[in-house]
Amino acid sequence: MAIETLVLGAGQEVGKSCVVVNINGKRIMFDCGMHMGVSDHRRYPNFSLISPTGDFDTALSCIIITHLYCINTLFLRFHYFLIIKISHSLILYSYIFFFGIICDSHLDHLGALVYFTEVCGFHGPIYMTYPTKALAPLMLEDYRKVLVERRGEEEQFNSDHIAECMKKVIAVDLRQTIQVDKDLQIRAYYAGHFTLFEYLTLILKVLGAAMFHAKVGDSEMVYTGDYNMTPDRHLGAAQIDRLRLDLLITESTYGTTIRDSKYAREREFLDAVHKCVSAGGKVLIPTFGLGRAQELCILMDDYWERMNLKVPIYFSAGLTKQANVYYKMLINWTSQKIKDSYPTNNAFDFKNVCKYERSVLDTPGPCVLFASPGMISGGLSLEVFKRWAPFENTLVALPGYCLPGTVGHVLMSKPPKIELDPNTKIDVRCQVHQLAFSPHTDSKGIMDLIKFLSPKHVILVHGEKPKMVSLKEKIHSEMGIPCYHPANNETVSVPSTVYVKAQASDAFMERCLKPNFKLHKCSSQELSIKTLTDKNIVPELQVINEKAVFIVEDKSKKLKVVHNDEVLVMLGEKKTED
Amino acid sequence: MLHSLFSILELHSASTLSSSFITLLMMMIHRTPLLSSFEKITLLCLHHRSELHSQAKKECNFSSLLSLSQARGDFAVNFCSLFASHSHKPLFPFSETMEFTCLSKGRGSHFPPCHILNLGGIKILLDCPLDLSALTPFSPVTTAFYALPSLEEDKVDANNDVGSMAVPAKRQKIENQPDNKTLIFAEPWYKTVMNLHLWNPSFIDVVLISSPMGILGLPFLTQMKGFSAKIYATEVSARLGELVMRDLVSMHKELKQFYGPTETDFPVWLRQEEVEKIPSVLREIILGKDGTELGGLRPLYSEADVNDCVLKIQKLKYAEEVCYNGILVIKAFSSGVEMGSCNWILDSPKGDVGYLSNSSFISSQVAAFDYQSLQGTDTLIYSDFSSLNSTEDVKDEENESVQLADKLPMSSHGLVGLYHNAKEDSEEMEKLAFICSCAIESIKGGGSVFIPINQFGIFLQLLEEVSKAIDASAMKVPIYIISSVAEDLLAYLNIVPEWLSRQRQERLFDGEPLFDHVKLLDDKKIHVLPNIHSEKFWMHSREPCIVFCSHWSLRLGPVVHLLQRWHKDPKSLLILEGGVNPPQLALLPFKPMAMKVLQCHFQPGIGLRRVRSLLETLQPKTLLFPEEFRPHISFPSEKFRSVLYYSEGKTSKVSCKDGFELKIPATPASNFYWNAFKEQEINLARVNGELIIENARYHLLLDNTEKNSNGRTNSVSFRKPELEKLLATFSNFGINASVEHQKMNSESQIQCLIHTADPYKAVIEIGTSSVVITTAGENVASHLYKALDSVLKGN
Repeated sequence: MAIETLVLGAGQEVGKSCVVVNINGKRIMFDCGMHMGVSDHRRYPNFSLISPTGDFDTALSCIIITHLYCINTLFLRFHYFLIIKISHSLILYSYIFFFGIICDSHLDHLGALVYFTEVCGFHGPIYMTYPTKALAPLMLEDYRKVLVERRGEEEQFNSDHIAECMKKVIAVDLRQTIQVDKDLQIRAYYAGHFTLFEYLTLILKVLGAAMFHAKVGDSEMVYTGDYNMTPDRHLGAAQIDRLRLDLLITESTYGTTIRDSKYAREREFLDAVHKCVSAGGKVLIPTFGLGRAQELCILMDDYWERMNLKVPIYFSAGLTKQANVYYKMLINWTSQKIKDSYPTNNAFDFKNVCKYERSVLDTPGPCVLFASPGMISGGLSLEVFKRWAPFENTLVALPGYCLPGTVGHVLMSKPPKIELDPNTKIDVRCQVHQLAFSPHTDSKGIMDLIKFLSPKHVILVHGEKPKMVSLKEKIHSEMGIPCYHPANNETVSVPSTVYVKAQASDAFMERCLKPNFKLHKCSSQELSIKTLTDKNIVPELQVINEKAVFIVEDKSKKLKVVHNDEVLVMLGEKKTED
Repeated sequence: MLHSLFSILELHSASTLSSSFITLLMMMIHRTPLLSSFEKITLLCLHHRSELHSQAKKECNFSSLLSLSQARGDFAVNFCSLFASHSHKPLFPFSETMEFTCLSKGRGSHFPPCHILNLGGIKILLDCPLDLSALTPFSPVTTAFYALPSLEEDKVDANNDVGSMAVPAKRQKIENQPDNKTLIFAEPWYKTVMNLHLWNPSFIDVVLISSPMGILGLPFLTQMKGFSAKIYATEVSARLGELVMRDLVSMHKELKQFYGPTETDFPVWLRQEEVEKIPSVLREIILGKDGTELGGLRPLYSEADVNDCVLKIQKLKYAEEVCYNGILVIKAFSSGVEMGSCNWILDSPKGDVGYLSNSSFISSQVAAFDYQSLQGTDTLIYSDFSSLNSTEDVKDEENESVQLADKLPMSSHGLVGLYHNAKEDSEEMEKLAFICSCAIESIKGGGSVFIPINQFGIFLQLLEEVSKAIDASAMKVPIYIISSVAEDLLAYLNIVPEWLSRQRQERLFDGEPLFDHVKLLDDKKIHVLPNIHSEKFWMHSREPCIVFCSHWSLRLGPVVHLLQRWHKDPKSLLILEGGVNPPQLALLPFKPMAMKVLQCHFQPGIGLRRVRSLLETLQPKTLLFPEEFRPHISFPSEKFRSVLYYSEGKTSKVSCKDGFELKIPATPASNFYWNAFKEQEINLARVNGELIIENARYHLLLDNTEKNSNGRTNSVSFRKPELEKLLATFSNFGINASVEHQKMNSESQIQCLIHTADPYKAVIEIGTSSVVITTAGENVASHLYKALDSVLKGN
């Protein structure tokens, strides 16, 4: 039997993660993402390859969402290694993965889920972790608004679709073993986390990443998105059991890079903000409501506390309040340290952050404002930008990548004027600070994970082709594990493990448990022969642990494992007589 | 002192031993630092019991002596089997039977059952509870405070007996009627599971904690010398259990401070003559029917012990698989009773065992009872005793069970397909609504309400309902929660969405706090105080008010002070958890009572009428069922092939699956070199490999590399090569061979040696049951092997 991997998205590219795996006759789809850069049908994975007739319910037994999103690595990511155990069924595994390189709030991994379940019609169960389930509808709604309201596109799905889709979702806890059906079981593991800022370690741990493990019959595999194998000062590395894996599917975005220190970037960011406010300027930080905003808040709140700054920090993102509620409840997904100190010291109760009100816009004096949406693509952040940009003491801090076509993207080139539409031109005199990106899993992390799990095969997805190729070479040469990097719509087939069952006799078990050492005397001839080839000194007496066993197959094709001595008894009279 | 003990012991052991005497004696010994002498005593004592296994003598210790006091009958057997089976710790289970011993069937949800399971050599302790209802004979600190001055007066006339310092003189005459002067005025000792002390703690391999209440006795065990078992509990059970233990320690501190340090380690009230003065009703509670349970009494552990114990617990999630020593896979599944409470599945190579602890289908707060996961086990241990206490009508059981069997949905998805009975759910809600209405009534009448309820689920529900009712009645009544751990508890309960019911989880996904108390705290409708002495309470408390506080036994904690203050107030209301001891005993220290008392039964359980349909659904191959249930439930033999009834203190044996199952990787298995034996109709293959155990399954890892590597090739044949034929074949193959006959050597079993020189140098040993080819290279060996094989196969 074989494990077939069909890559529907993120094959030799970044974005639109979607992988369908068929183990021992069961099919699982990992990730159900959407490509942000394209607006035609290529945005979604080609679902017709799963089932040409569109009968997804029989084709797939479940969807598993492992990843909420990871924004720029700076910020929150929910992200899980998924291991799936299958025997005779088909599964769709969808991996929500908002990929930071492209923009904040990315739906590379979740974007197509609603489309797939509600528009294409998949009614099977969908698995997500608790934080993912809590935050996914917020993200999807946020995203839908961006698509419809900003880009003015025809809406692919509406709010009701999102609600309907979320009803099909079953939340899972880390390490909980879910029996999807008789043969298929899945389990999520904590996948570690990244840090860019020292302070962010707190938050990053909040909704730590996970890997998912799938097991069908005897075949096991792991799907991971983004993970961190390098323990740093506050955080542990990814936690996963040693498993006998047939296949590991891993993302490889930063296949060739190795992460650098985050501390410098953190300092840079805070210094820029501090410099601006102490000069009486206003700071605009356009962000999406979730994830990064909270992390920056924790960071700034702490800095304000330390520096004893009194400049107000305002928060506009409407989602934030709600998101903070989730964080507070899902504190179990954070580090032990936060958990233990929770009753006395809640990291999410910001002391210096207050709610945004319209009057803030024209209030003189310095302030920091978090405004949504990110990338200055519309809404409040654009409005504030229009008003504040002409002043030299204003700082616009862009905490993420900005898509081409957004004001944020134009701003990066620091033009003197930005043309919003033929009638509106804005003089840009403000300073611009962009936070640098931090890579995802670096090559060391990937190599460490592969070394730890030592799977029989590795498939790389979600990365740039040249980097994948070099990583593939590295894995192959250093560890001797066959490695593949299929392109979209390609299928890779690897053999899967199958065990045969055999009955063991009691005598055999007993013999196996006691070491059965035998003294073996080498005869002189033997010794001389051995020394011909083997220059090592062979002692005349050798101790040998007799391990030989017999496997007996009877007429009904049943296997029985017996010990040496029993074989002779079994064969009875046929035994050669002296 | 020790010498005198020796002599007493000699004297007694010859004839009949007074059981309580031995127990007392042992307690004294136990407290002495001279451990070695103490061991001598035990040995001496055991010496007189010739039926005990010789090995037992070596192993025996304090607990074994205690067993003697109990012994006289079943326990001697128990005791012997314990030591016999523990002579060595087997690496792999070999015993064909599983042994199950019920140590205590518990009482109510505060004192869950406790069992020991011997699963193929692995000793598993199921829960380690503490019987807090046994605190009833002790006086709360308030009563003692008022009682002691009278003692001082009496003492003037009495002899200056230093030992009876803390004992009121009135107790000197024997009373049958218990009143608040007959209580024990001393620092209470806590009642552990007596039978557990018959077991050597160092022999326990695994401890499984099924509910937060099942953890309370654990610090006694973990502080014992030699205890090294692995403890598993769900995250929430461990955390809530820890909070309950901390609360207990802090409440006990008050009593400790009141009575001051004790002069001796052996309390005065435990003396035989003092014990006899306790009214029989109370004595029975603390010492058991025949006074034998005295051995289970222990002074309370310290905070350090609690910390130490909690550190040793491995915390699990529901449905998380953990593996003990490779041989036992342990999984916990929600039981629907309390946050974090669980049932267990233990998977071993000899079959799987399900442990069904107190479970409930009605769970409006916590994750639903996951009974699907317990389906189809080889052995199922039924241990939900709650249904026995309920006074349910079992008449319509027959009809009901048929209906229920249809209703129980069998879903392939582990966590969906929940069984829900709207009727019972509403009954539960009605109960709560009734309590609320009583509370509101008494508030309207100007009286306060005291609620010493410690079940978390009910406490939270009641908190929400009461505050809603107050809002509805447009009154401004403060609600106080007084407990040293209340703040931690309330904060913790709001961050465990994964462990709650679907309704509660919806709140998470809607972005609301899981429980209303978060909002109530913010609105200052609830006040959380660490203790009764806090200034805030006495300064700001307004009457009427509603107070939630510990402890339900009415012997510890803030509630005793509140009752002391308000027990004469007819307007006030006390809401008691029912079920354990009769309320007149619980309220003994506060008599005469003028305040109203409302006793309500919260006994979450499967319910007698649903037990059978549940078990029919679960379909275990063997069912272990409590003897107590036998009159109530009968099992049709066509559906239950094997039902064993167990009772407290007895060991039941269950036979396990025969044989062992191995897993062999299919790929090398298909490449075996099979030798066919037509007459026996079998195929044979000889392989080299290693036996490993992983996740409770044996694997045979075949050694592919070693084959041929040392010049030896293994094959099997059952005829003896004829030498002439062999030599002829060798020459056909172009091999020159010479034969060197050896004498019959019984040791080496070699009959003859064949040397070949040309073209290869090799030695072929032909023995009685084997032929060994020794050459320099693999190719040569396989060449010779082929030749040999052709001789053996051909005629």
